[in-house]
Amino acid sequence: MNTATVYVPRDSAALAVGADEVADTLQAECARRGIALKLVRNGSRGLFWLETLVEVATPRGRVAYGPVSADDIAGLLDAGLLNGAAHPLCHGPTEQIPYLAKQERLTFARMGVTDPLSIADYERLEGFAGLRAAIALAPEAIVQQVLDSGLRGRGGAAFPTGIKWKTVAAAQAAQKYVVCNADEGDSGTFSDRMTMEGDPFMLIEGMTIAALAVGATRGYVYIRSEYPDAVATMSEAVVRANAAGFLGDDILGSGRSFHLEIRKAAGAYVCGEETAMLESLEGKRGIVRAKPPLPAIEGLFGKPTVINNVISFASVPLILARGAAFYRDYGVGRSRGTLPMQLAGNIRCGGLVEKAFGISLRELLYDFGGGSASGRPIKAVQVGGPLGAYVPESQWDLPLDYEAYAAVGAVVGHGGIVVHDDTADMAKLARYAMEFCAIESCGKCTPCRIGSTRGVEVIDRIVAPPSSTRNGPQHNRPQQVQLLRDLCDTMLNGSLCAMGGMTPYPVLSALNHYPQDFGLATPDREAA
Amino acid sequence: MPNPAPTPADALAITGAVLARRAAEPGALLPILHEVQDTLGHVPREVVPQIADALNLSRAEVHGVVTYYHHFRSEAPGRHVVQVCRAEACQAMGADALFEHAQQRLGCHAHGGHGSTSADGAFTLNPVFCLGLCASSPAVVIDDRLHARVTPERFDQLLPQAGEGASGSDSLSRLRERAGVRAGA
Repeated sequence: MNTATVYVPRDSAALAVGADEVADTLQAECARRGIALKLVRNGSRGLFWLETLVEVATPRGRVAYGPVSADDIAGLLDAGLLNGAAHPLCHGPTEQIPYLAKQERLTFARMGVTDPLSIADYERLEGFAGLRAAIALAPEAIVQQVLDSGLRGRGGAAFPTGIKWKTVAAAQAAQKYVVCNADEGDSGTFSDRMTMEGDPFMLIEGMTIAALAVGATRGYVYIRSEYPDAVATMSEAVVRANAAGFLGDDILGSGRSFHLEIRKAAGAYVCGEETAMLESLEGKRGIVRAKPPLPAIEGLFGKPTVINNVISFASVPLILARGAAFYRDYGVGRSRGTLPMQLAGNIRCGGLVEKAFGISLRELLYDFGGGSASGRPIKAVQVGGPLGAYVPESQWDLPLDYEAYAAVGAVVGHGGIVVHDDTADMAKLARYAMEFCAIESCGKCTPCRIGSTRGVEVIDRIVAPPSSTRNGPQHNRPQQVQLLRDLCDTMLNGSLCAMGGMTPYPVLSALNHYPQDFGLATPDREAA
Repeated sequence: MPNPAPTPADALAITGAVLARRAAEPGALLPILHEVQDTLGHVPREVVPQIADALNLSRAEVHGVVTYYHHFRSEAPGRHVVQVCRAEACQAMGADALFEHAQQRLGCHAHGGHGSTSADGAFTLNPVFCLGLCASSPAVVIDDRLHARVTPERFDQLLPQAGEGASGSDSLSRLRERAGVRAGA
């Protein structure tokens, strides 16, 4: 008897819309009908509006159905699900769904294709090829490959990864560390989470290559506590990688060792800042450290430490496997390679879009995203997380690259894109940015700790209705706006880290591009 | 049967077992606090001196860490813990209204970054800033289970019925087992 192979994702975005119930129902219904079923719990393809996306292996490739709920299973089986038959929920061959077909999936090539915890699946699709190549190279040759690839830190700061590695490699110390910052706290971002849940060996491989390059023997992955599924999957992947000789005392028989440990964060946004994260890993309050010294010189426990984001490490195996030039040939200007972008918020087709740098926001919003989820006009798009600017429609045709965005006072950041429709109140969102900073500030520097609270107050005064007099004398709105600008200037230039230093980005961009939401009749725009 | 709250003696025994296993790890405090809270539901004040002693820290340092991180709590939570995402992507899909609805429905009055427990102890409502489900907003967690695309109506359907066991309703002996303490030890 033929066994049908069906894929039901285990990504938490699929679980959150009932993927486990879909899988259970499918198994029960197949058992009842006497059908032999091979159920694979894969990662997510990243087409979240179609979750739960069920795929069936057919002679013409995998065929996709979605969004599938448990109630749909019996009807789907009746219609011939297991043969990839037509059905209103059927989208044809998965790889030909335009949203996927138009992407350039380098880092996310295996995402949703494999069983995340299967080393055999991973190796079949180029997994550990980069590590095998790296083991044959001298450490400085590994660093050179990463330098030549043009890879820049994907966590948001976009610092060249190879230069960081070179610094740690050159540092003299008995113990060095490799730390992965997986404290992905930015709203609108989920590429780190998907990587850890959907292709964990890729992160392990990237970190191991880093360890070989810089001479580190210990590493940590610092994962936010809001991601329990990522913590569980990564922990299991580390166990399996150790057992298979990809981690441990003798990596692939090379005699080199690297020990990796998963650490759970505890819900402090500022621990996504690298020095606060180090404090947290050391068992302290996550308070930002002054730099210098750089973590590359004095990092975890005072030792030289490579710190990179999940996607930075995850980009490395392919660079080693296929060569720096292959990766560098994607992208524009000084933004080389691809960025896994995340379409989120009020968007019809939200999900993961990996493209070379240079794509425009308009293409992402409409060609991929299909416009807003509400059907209303899109008003503002926040790019780069809670500390990123709100980008107005006049800038949607800019190429997404680090320099082009910096030139207009915006940031690409971690590639998170949060869409708001025309019901959004930009003054309220600006106030929220200040409030969030007040809640999450570590408290070490005054501009961030006090400035954020003052920011909330001054925005409240700006938007207070003119008739409101119960809180004392009427405030002069233009004066308050100037006060807000001064405050933002202090925070921008006087804060110790990006928490206070970038909170003005969403605030000022909201004020500059949407003055009417602050009750300002005429555009109050300073020279940009 | 309602879950009997661990007594202070239980808490000390369970924490002692965690410390015996983990105190020597580099930077052990957060992993220890996680394990204590995962087992007991919170980090009781009475275990702070014990942890400080084992790690050669001051009580103030341990207290400082427990209170710094949003995840750790010093008080036992309600029987059910509900987290509603309040970050931008969820706001763009109606999370503010959902949070208001949750406050009303659960009788909780959370504000800013702080949580709140209903007067009858049934629910603790915590705001949370991003669950990584930003393309399927708004998102909530109810007793460790994630839910996406949650409307107020859906929220009401997802709520556990009154009297239903909570996620933390393990018996005390199971708690001890998990923490590696033999019953009666």
